[in-house]
Amino acid sequence: MTDKSSAQRFIEAIPHARALGMQLEEIGDGRAVISMPYDARFVGDPATGVISGGVVSALMDTCCGAAVLSYPGARGTATLDLRIDYMRAARPGQRIIARAECYHATRSVAFVRASAHDEDTAREDGLPVATVTAAFTMEAGASARALAEGEAQPGGQKPGAQTGGAA
Amino acid sequence: MNRAKPEPVQVIKERRDKALRVLAGGIPYAHFLGVLFDRRGDELTAVLPFDEKLIGNPFLPALHGGVTSAFLEITAIIELSWSMLWEEMETGKLDPRVLDAEHLPRLPKTIDFTVDYLRSGLPRDAYARARVNRSGRRYASVHVEAWQDNRNRIFAQATGHFLIPARAKPE
Repeated sequence: MTDKSSAQRFIEAIPHARALGMQLEEIGDGRAVISMPYDARFVGDPATGVISGGVVSALMDTCCGAAVLSYPGARGTATLDLRIDYMRAARPGQRIIARAECYHATRSVAFVRASAHDEDTAREDGLPVATVTAAFTMEAGASARALAEGEAQPGGQKPGAQTGGAA
Repeated sequence: MNRAKPEPVQVIKERRDKALRVLAGGIPYAHFLGVLFDRRGDELTAVLPFDEKLIGNPFLPALHGGVTSAFLEITAIIELSWSMLWEEMETGKLDPRVLDAEHLPRLPKTIDFTVDYLRSGLPRDAYARARVNRSGRRYASVHVEAWQDNRNRIFAQATGHFLIPARAKPE
């Protein structure tokens, strides 16, 4: 099932994500994919036309947060710390696609890694533009607490775990 | 022999302000966010006036973590460029009268940037100052702090490493 409209509403509710033109491509089970178009207003170095590192940071932070929120049982989150490594300049004119994965969560902390690609290396195995490792707060609902305590995963609904549609 | 008369203060101010304007005004994304720079001598304070589009969590509401990160990174890059520019400008190696977007030294490139979020950013103006802890020929390490109402209550800090661009030979 795809429910792009409700997933996209999540992005639309964040003023800065909307301002940057972010588009939610996929979300569910602690993973999220968000892309954004090239825009001359977001350039960081006018000599090269390369998008600002800050924009890539904002995209990655949003994507990581979305991944945490889609983790089973998560109710809310905020960034604790985020490290970004810039491997290469994003190609001017191309979309940037961020993929984030919440690979572990305790009752209070979520650990996330993410990478960003441009269209040149849209495939996951190409050299990313940037990678991120981050820690987020985890405001857990009942099921995440149960998961963290090692109980069986409830088979019920996972908030935000619906698929955001084909990328 | 007469000593050279000191430059009128207005001339000095104009030169420094122009250099800063060209440097900071050249970054489209800084302009999009609305980042301004306040100068006292060589000390810079970055100012981010609050705007609705900077919100990341509309329910609290709070500044977007990415906005905070971008604000800190822009502050670090400008401070680093400014400290290099300052030396060249004050020693007379660089003539600010010919300084425009084309003659601006290339901006440093961010290698990595680590942001520490200490409090949520409130929906009001934010300020930041950066300190160049080490600046060699090729690499620099810069620390930056941001606050809102109280200078002593930092809401975010960051450390970044930057690649210093090779300088073109003076003509």
